[in-house]
Amino acid sequence: MEKQITVTINGEAKTLNVEPRLLLVHLIRENLNMTGTHIGCDTSSCGACTVLMDGKAVKSCTVLAVQADGKSVTTVEGLATGNNLHPIQEAFKENHALHCGFCTPGMMMRAVELLDKNNNPTEEEIRWGISGNLCRCTGYNNIVRAIQYAGAKMRGDKLPSTDPVFV
Amino acid sequence: MIPAPFDYSTPATLKEALTLLQQLGDDAKILAGGHSLIPMMKLRLASPAHLIDINKIPGLSYIKEEGGYLKIGAMTREVDLEESEIIRKKFPIFIDASKLIADPQVRNLGTVGGNIAHGDAANDQPAIMLALRAEVVITSLEGERVVPIDEFFFGFYTTAVQQGEILTEIRIPTPSKGTGSAYHKMERKAGDYAIAGAAVQVSLDGKGTCTQIGIGLTNVNATPMRAFRSEEALKGKKLSADLIEQAAQLAAEDCNPSDDLRGSADYKRTIVKALTKRMIHKAAERAVNS
Ligand SMILES: Cc1cc2nc3c(=O)[nH]c(=O)nc-3n(C[C@H](O)[C@H](O)[C@H](O)COP(=O)(O)OP(=O)(O)OC[C@H]3O[C@@H](n4cnc5c(N)ncnc54)[C@H](O)[C@@H]3O)c2cc1C
Ligand code: FES
Ligand code: FES
Repeated sequence: MEKQITVTINGEAKTLNVEPRLLLVHLIRENLNMTGTHIGCDTSSCGACTVLMDGKAVKSCTVLAVQADGKSVTTVEGLATGNNLHPIQEAFKENHALHCGFCTPGMMMRAVELLDKNNNPTEEEIRWGISGNLCRCTGYNNIVRAIQYAGAKMRGDKLPSTDPVFV
Repeated sequence: MIPAPFDYSTPATLKEALTLLQQLGDDAKILAGGHSLIPMMKLRLASPAHLIDINKIPGLSYIKEEGGYLKIGAMTREVDLEESEIIRKKFPIFIDASKLIADPQVRNLGTVGGNIAHGDAANDQPAIMLALRAEVVITSLEGERVVPIDEFFFGFYTTAVQQGEILTEIRIPTPSKGTGSAYHKMERKAGDYAIAGAAVQVSLDGKGTCTQIGIGLTNVNATPMRAFRSEEALKGKKLSADLIEQAAQLAAEDCNPSDDLRGSADYKRTIVKALTKRMIHKAAERAVNS
């Protein structure tokens, strides 16, 4: 039996009828046609489907759309304001923190929550903080640097160098 | 992967949830954080006809000290433990565990109640609750009953929570002065279930004699396991490296790991011995410094 739900997606309230078994990631990608949120593993392991639900990073392949009823959901499409990139987007761009880009939306959404709680994390805190997000391309180093860069930007501190580091 | 169809309710009160549970019987399942249940439903390992989502019921999420207990509401998320002042100051064992239970996204939704109610020896909270000698509060329309953790785990995915009941609280007796606790697990990669894990809580008197000890083991038995003989080997004795080594050896002998993709039974016994030994040392060190 379908249920009526109202979910605020990137600031816009949407009322829809959905089957209880519909997953949040399918609601986002298929019902709302926002394909920035990716499906990697479909088994809650890779983090590609990460979105914010009431500000908390969650894996949308493991949340039912009906669970988001009355909540506010932010996807990667909701990060930029007009043509202005969110600090985390600018940071990923400036630090070459992506190659194929498949993990990137989920990685950025988790990074946004991490920086929201602590905008000056240590490298170790960043690495543990993104331990639920897999990247098969970058080797993570530039992702860590991007998150440090975004933190500096959000604090209003001097931005760290974006010169490539060879390790 | 999409779950089989089911019906879905969001009761606003505990009473409403319990009434629904009673009406629907075996067909219904409680949905807490959903991070064990939804993956199982997607794999069609579980196909409940009805989900009763208890996330909208107020008053089931709290961490408080009261009447000689630390009380944790069933719907308290793993992340809430991680960020709680009381936990940070007094129960470092949960902070040890919080880095090792799944990953931040899973901990944002996964609940402490669900971690235990799932009845899976691979989960980390059960062994910790064994070490801390927790009690579990189970509520039905008839009222509450309190079950000691040693009588809670019945078998694979089965616990003392019966039809028509909801786990509502976990109580941990406030430890005496001079108590320390620690947890560690070996995992193949961040976010994986344990190859094996050991949880220890030790109380020492002023002379270094062990007055109380709890040791729980993760994922090396059909149910979360108390290392009885290891505890007995240490209780009432002054702790020494030799004695701790012997106690750890007993844990390795008494557990019942199986050969699987995480390693052979022999390998897991070796891990149990090493972890039990290290966690007794670490808990004792914390007891001394407490
Ligand atoms: C990728 C991944 C990795 C994970 N790694 C780990 C790990 O390393 N360590 C670990 O410990 N866990 C791990 N988990 C499991 C996770 O911690 C789960 O959240 C937890 O096991 C169940 O809690 P939940 O609140 O999500 O319960 P749910 O999935 O909602 O419920 C689980 C079961 O318990 C029942 N139940 C739940 N709450 C109650 C209640 N209050 N009363 C009665 N019955 C109830 C449900 O009906 C269901 O049968 C992992 C999960 C995922 C997806
Ligand atoms: S697709 Fe959701 S965690 Fe991989
Ligand atoms: S950039 Fe390709 S998976 Fe991360």
